[in-house]
Amino acid sequence: MIISIPKESYKGEKRVALTPESAKHIQKLGHTLRIQAGAGKLAEFSDAEYKDAGVEVIKADAIWSDTDIIMKVRGVSQDEAAKVAPGTTLISFFWPAQNEEFLATLAKAKINVIAMDCVPRLSRSQKMDALSSMANIGGYRAIVEAANQFGRFFTGQVTAAGKVPPAKVMVIGAGVAGLAAIGAAKSMGAIVRAFDTRLEAKEQVESLGGEFLELEFEEDGSGEGGYAKTMSKEFIDAEMAMFREQCKEIDIIVTTALIPGRPAPELITTDMVESMKSGSVIVDLAAEQGGNCKLSKADKIVTHKGVKIIGYTDLPSRLATQSSQLYSTNLRHMLTDLTPEKDGVININMEDEVIRGATAVHDGAVTWPAPAPTLTAAPAKPKAPPKMPEPVAEMSNATKAKMTFGAMIVALLALLGVGSVAPADFMSHFTVFVLACFIGYQVIWSVTASLHTPLMSVTNAISGIIVVGAILQISSGSGVVQILAFIAILIASINIAGGFLVTQRMLKMFSK
Amino acid sequence: MSMGTISAAYIAAAILFILSLSGLSNQETSKRGNWYGIIGMALAIFATIMNENVDSYGWLILAGVIGGTIGARLAAKVEMTQMPELIAILHSFVGMAAVLVGFASYVDPVAGLHGAAETIHNVEVYLGVLIGAVTFTGSVVAFGKLNGKIGSQPLMLPMRHQLNIGMVVLWLVIGYWFLGADHGEGTLPLVLMTLIAFAFGVHMVMAIGGADMPVVISMLNSYSGWAAAATGFMLSNDLLIVVGALVGSSGAILSYIMCRAMNRNFVSVIMGGFGTASASDDDDGEQGEAVAIQADEVSQLLSDASRVVIVPGYGMAVANAQHAVSDLTKQLREKGVDVQFAIHPVAGRMPGHMNVLLAEANVPYDIVLEMDEINDELAQVDVVMVIGANDIVNPAALENPNSPIAGMPVLEVWNAKTVIVSKRSMATGYAGVENPLFFKENTRMLFGDAKDSIDAIKSAL
Repeated sequence: MIISIPKESYKGEKRVALTPESAKHIQKLGHTLRIQAGAGKLAEFSDAEYKDAGVEVIKADAIWSDTDIIMKVRGVSQDEAAKVAPGTTLISFFWPAQNEEFLATLAKAKINVIAMDCVPRLSRSQKMDALSSMANIGGYRAIVEAANQFGRFFTGQVTAAGKVPPAKVMVIGAGVAGLAAIGAAKSMGAIVRAFDTRLEAKEQVESLGGEFLELEFEEDGSGEGGYAKTMSKEFIDAEMAMFREQCKEIDIIVTTALIPGRPAPELITTDMVESMKSGSVIVDLAAEQGGNCKLSKADKIVTHKGVKIIGYTDLPSRLATQSSQLYSTNLRHMLTDLTPEKDGVININMEDEVIRGATAVHDGAVTWPAPAPTLTAAPAKPKAPPKMPEPVAEMSNATKAKMTFGAMIVALLALLGVGSVAPADFMSHFTVFVLACFIGYQVIWSVTASLHTPLMSVTNAISGIIVVGAILQISSGSGVVQILAFIAILIASINIAGGFLVTQRMLKMFSK
Repeated sequence: MSMGTISAAYIAAAILFILSLSGLSNQETSKRGNWYGIIGMALAIFATIMNENVDSYGWLILAGVIGGTIGARLAAKVEMTQMPELIAILHSFVGMAAVLVGFASYVDPVAGLHGAAETIHNVEVYLGVLIGAVTFTGSVVAFGKLNGKIGSQPLMLPMRHQLNIGMVVLWLVIGYWFLGADHGEGTLPLVLMTLIAFAFGVHMVMAIGGADMPVVISMLNSYSGWAAAATGFMLSNDLLIVVGALVGSSGAILSYIMCRAMNRNFVSVIMGGFGTASASDDDDGEQGEAVAIQADEVSQLLSDASRVVIVPGYGMAVANAQHAVSDLTKQLREKGVDVQFAIHPVAGRMPGHMNVLLAEANVPYDIVLEMDEINDELAQVDVVMVIGANDIVNPAALENPNSPIAGMPVLEVWNAKTVIVSKRSMATGYAGVENPLFFKENTRMLFGDAKDSIDAIKSAL
């Protein structure tokens, strides 16, 4: 099928949906690629590079006609949509929740829409999770922007010209963006603290060298699909008190707190901003959804009493080459799943959970929102331990105890029974036997599992002790007995020599 | 040498044997443990020879030298992959020796036994021979199965449980006849019982499938101990009793550990027939698609990983791939990749089989971990490489309550970022159960002989 990549028309958008590298892979799926002249220019991909990769470079208007699939970064505008022929499939970010009317219009025009922002978060679909790719870049860029506005080093230094304290960075919301910010800030040498309502984030924060700020509060904010949910009022109060405390010493704050389908929670109030040192920087990654900081303005840097509040909403676009690379790889994986036969024909398979989730319009019908996925990438909650077996187990424990007790009584009675008829001589041997069993029991449990094979071969050798019996018999007067004892000694010796020597050979191999 | 001195030597030998076993509790002391055993054995044999009743030195030395030479040759020649066979055949020798000593003891009884003492002695002979005979044929069959001379599929005779019960009843009847017989007349019932015990041993092990071999081997280990203990009773020799009890309980504990590792009941293992009855019950058709991977991609994945865990199974032993795996480990560790091994208790055909193979290939033992040590950490691992293992990494054990292996503790490798399964084909493991692991999203299949695959990965590194 023919796939066309128009130039992004949104103001300031530098990304492009196709790189020459991923073009090669997409062509292997049997598709034909066309790109609008100059589409990759702002992301540093020249038309010549596309041509070399086998992509046809097309003049502006022709790109919209005679095509089966259109791939973009941002969704199409109203004007652009008018140029798209019915039956065409559009693959891009779309944000159906914010564009429901437009979605209906496209459905009427019989244009299929695959929204990359609606790819369900399954482990299988990670390779096409464009939101995570972009969030990762956004988090990194947030630190770069902060560093740009911040008047000091990130890392602490002791120089001939005096001591420089390290910058203190606080990241609120340890999702993909937050974690990328933590990693970037940490690698620049800052002291990084992070907070998230989801307790599972603690380990991830710590794995990147960040310090996880904990509230002494029993509530886990893990919602569906690895996102956070709204917390109780008491929790938010405790959280705000902690932020207020932190603001006094923190130099840079990066906020990434978002709850799906709601305006961003307001976490940094005006008085908190005012309590920060002059020269401090706040980067609000949620500025587009209203901002985590009371004072942030979308796409602007606001300075309030010496504190700079960055509200850029185009952070991924500011790293256009990188984000184009990742995004076009996400698209490539999406196309791979859409073209299972590799024959250049896409199949929007509504049985496939990932494709179903991402498809917003199909065959003239709005199919958004998709039913909730059955699996989430992150364990939504630690599964409540299965309750059923517990009482059963307890009961069986009780019966087991009874049974053990019963068995002991039976054993004791049997022992007394034997003792009452057996001669004293036998009983003394029996004592030795029982004690040896107990010693064996104690000793063997301490043998490490990796030495179980040598244990078997050594016990094997030792059980060759039966030779002692045969040695005593070989001097008997009876010829039959002598022959039997002779054979017994012979085979028991095989055991002794073989067992000990092979154990020796094995143990020699165990080395650190 | 006086009886007192001999007894003292026996006590010392018994203590040395106990020290020997406790020396095996970790790798550092294990070699010393083996030496304790050797010294104990030498002391016991020397003291016995010094007994004033022993005078046939020529025969004794001849038998000892022949046996010792054969044993030494076996020990020097055996491949580590054949360890289970060697252990099995050695068990059979103990069993046979117990039978012979038992017969000899019956033919040439200690003088002056009558009444209860004589009855008890006869019971001891009867039991000693019985256990020894079962151990003997059981071990021979186990040897054949491990060797491939006998198929590893369980033999399912019709009415096999009734058959076993019938044999037990016969033992009781013959036992009654034997004890009732006048002195010297009991040889016939004793021989009859021995023949039945031989048949019983064959039938018991024939009915057990290949996957249960670790249990069988440790169970036979235990039996050989009990046979020695019974011989000790019949000869009134405390040293034999102590050693027999030590070995018997050692084997019993190992069997218990193996059964627990498979979440199976000891009795049901012994009853045999695992994996044949329920294999096809839960095949609910389409399982998904397994994704194949090439060796060069695997080497890329491995060198990009920061933490790799290798899970070896019987397939590694069959392909003799332990040296290749060890080399691969070395190369990866030189590149700074953290490589560890995860060993399931029943991996292989014998308790600790994998550890011995890895040790043979010079894998440092401190990176070889047990299932319980590493299971919780697998989620932080980048790549898990499963080499020739199947049932021990089967998620169905935890997820599918109808699976024949349901409830068996398994290595939860699917929690890792990527799982590579090196396997000859999509065939099922010994339990005959489909493995949903192969169809998981993060699983890649590397088809081919384990050794060839690992060599290909190494050359691509």
